Amino acid sequence: MSALLSVQGVTKRFGGLTAVDNASLDVAAGSITGLIGPNGAGKTTLFTVIAGFEPATAGKVQFEGRDITALPAHVRAVQGIARTFQIVQPFAGLSVRENIAVGAFLRHKARQAALEQADAVGHQVGLGPLLDQSAGQLTVAGRKRLELARALATAPRLLLLDEVLAGLNPSEIRDMMPVVQAIRSSGVTILIVEHVMQAVMSLCDTVHVLAQGRIIAAGPPGTVSRDPAVIEAYLGHGAAARMQAQDIRQAESRGDHPGAPHA
Amino acid sequence: MSRQPYLPIALVVAGLALLPLGLTSNTVLNFLAFAMIITLAAQGWNILGGYGGQFSFGHAVFFGTGAYAMALLQVRFGINPWLALPLAMALGAGVGFAIGYLSFRARLRGSYFALVTLAFAEVFRISANAWGFTGGAAGVLVPLRIGAEHMQFADKRLAYWLALAFVAATLALTLALSRSRFGAHLVAVRENEEAARALGVDALAVKLKAITLSGAITASAGCLYTQKFLYLDANLAYGPWISVEALLAPIIGGLGTVFGPLVGAVVLLGLGEVTKTTFANLTGGAIPGVDLVVFGVLLILCVAYAPRGVLGLAEGWLGRLKGTRP
Repeated sequence: MSALLSVQGVTKRFGGLTAVDNASLDVAAGSITGLIGPNGAGKTTLFTVIAGFEPATAGKVQFEGRDITALPAHVRAVQGIARTFQIVQPFAGLSVRENIAVGAFLRHKARQAALEQADAVGHQVGLGPLLDQSAGQLTVAGRKRLELARALATAPRLLLLDEVLAGLNPSEIRDMMPVVQAIRSSGVTILIVEHVMQAVMSLCDTVHVLAQGRIIAAGPPGTVSRDPAVIEAYLGHGAAARMQAQDIRQAESRGDHPGAPHA
Repeated sequence: MSRQPYLPIALVVAGLALLPLGLTSNTVLNFLAFAMIITLAAQGWNILGGYGGQFSFGHAVFFGTGAYAMALLQVRFGINPWLALPLAMALGAGVGFAIGYLSFRARLRGSYFALVTLAFAEVFRISANAWGFTGGAAGVLVPLRIGAEHMQFADKRLAYWLALAFVAATLALTLALSRSRFGAHLVAVRENEEAARALGVDALAVKLKAITLSGAITASAGCLYTQKFLYLDANLAYGPWISVEALLAPIIGGLGTVFGPLVGAVVLLGLGEVTKTTFANLTGGAIPGVDLVVFGVLLILCVAYAPRGVLGLAEGWLGRLKGTRP
């Protein structure tokens, strides 16, 4: 698989604060790639740089082999990069259908075609019955779906999902995961920032871990989650060693008392 | 959605066109023509402010530019008014683009944009008042030459119908715009500029187009004003009164709606006239500015109880009559 998106040595500073520090990552075409890390690691900042909402202080962003570092956000959208916002940004005064149609107008000039496309995408993400409702009246789960629908309506090749599962309850998350998988099956590559680990583990092919602005690990989710550096980044210095010691003690105690119930 | 989206416009315009056949008093005809001119200025404002969410406090700058261009092209250059009118509108569009380019590129929004437009209008007003070319404080007088070829009408109904034709064209244009890709982008920028950019909307270009169109339409109102009154000075053309009426009418009628400016202008000017006459009859003399008190009260009532304007209220009542929630 070739890289659809390639982030090369991107650094983003806000005054004296280095939010992203020389981060590089590749997103393979057709994949669901995860970007995880503790709070404040710089995930959303890296997203805004990839989507073109903030200029990078240093480094390059390539999309389909072209350098897009200097392009403004709306041109990147035209080229096929769509994003959602972590803090949902509905057009509150418009109906759900009109919201999605704004995205659909990117590829359709005629109103009728844009509205039809909006209907189709609305049904795809499970907003079918709510299309005529005002976007301001949607629940949190509904707004997350609307973010997804609007981005999807621009017919992107790369979809950047910023915590679309955050704030949802477990059953809403279960409903949402097949939607994301179906989007990938339809040929859209996905880069996802997510805190819900259960989702990251089952959705992603590859995971990049960002901590204090740096990429500290990358690989399949199973491998990354056992990486000592990743455990320390989440749980603090020494956590990996303590957990390993605990595992050994548990194994020993099981060995000493065969048949004892697991703790 | 109705199969015939333009039918309501056709009906309303036909109704308005028939009014002078029943009402022949000069006072009523003058009122109607003036109301159409204010409607036109407000329609221009509504494109930028109502649909685009960019509140201008200085639409006098476009109205005045249209009015002065119309007068000066005739008086100083001897150009026929029918030719001067499109030129004046183009000038209004140009001024709109220039102000938009300067303020939107500097990312001015909300109250900052409003203040900058107010400042532009004042600069134009003071300049027109001081400059000899524009007639200075004495103003410009367009010579009286009655005749359709000079866009001066002995029959007041013709002046009214001309203004109504402009209003009708702008109603149709506004409806077409609200159903187009550009309209969707404009409303998206109003609701949330960041989200719009993420969906591929070039926010700067959209706002520039809107202010350019807005400038041209409001300038056309200035042109008709010149032809109706044949006299201008800086306070009439660039004064804050027209900025205020251009924004009050859509707010009271219904922001970002096709008919809002028309409804608002008629309500606003109608109540203003009624108040002036009533107070004059009660006290035996005119009280200057009493209609402005009414405008202020109307604005407060609208903001407090009818944020979607008279049209929003009417829609709510109709919805309740039908037993469905709007």
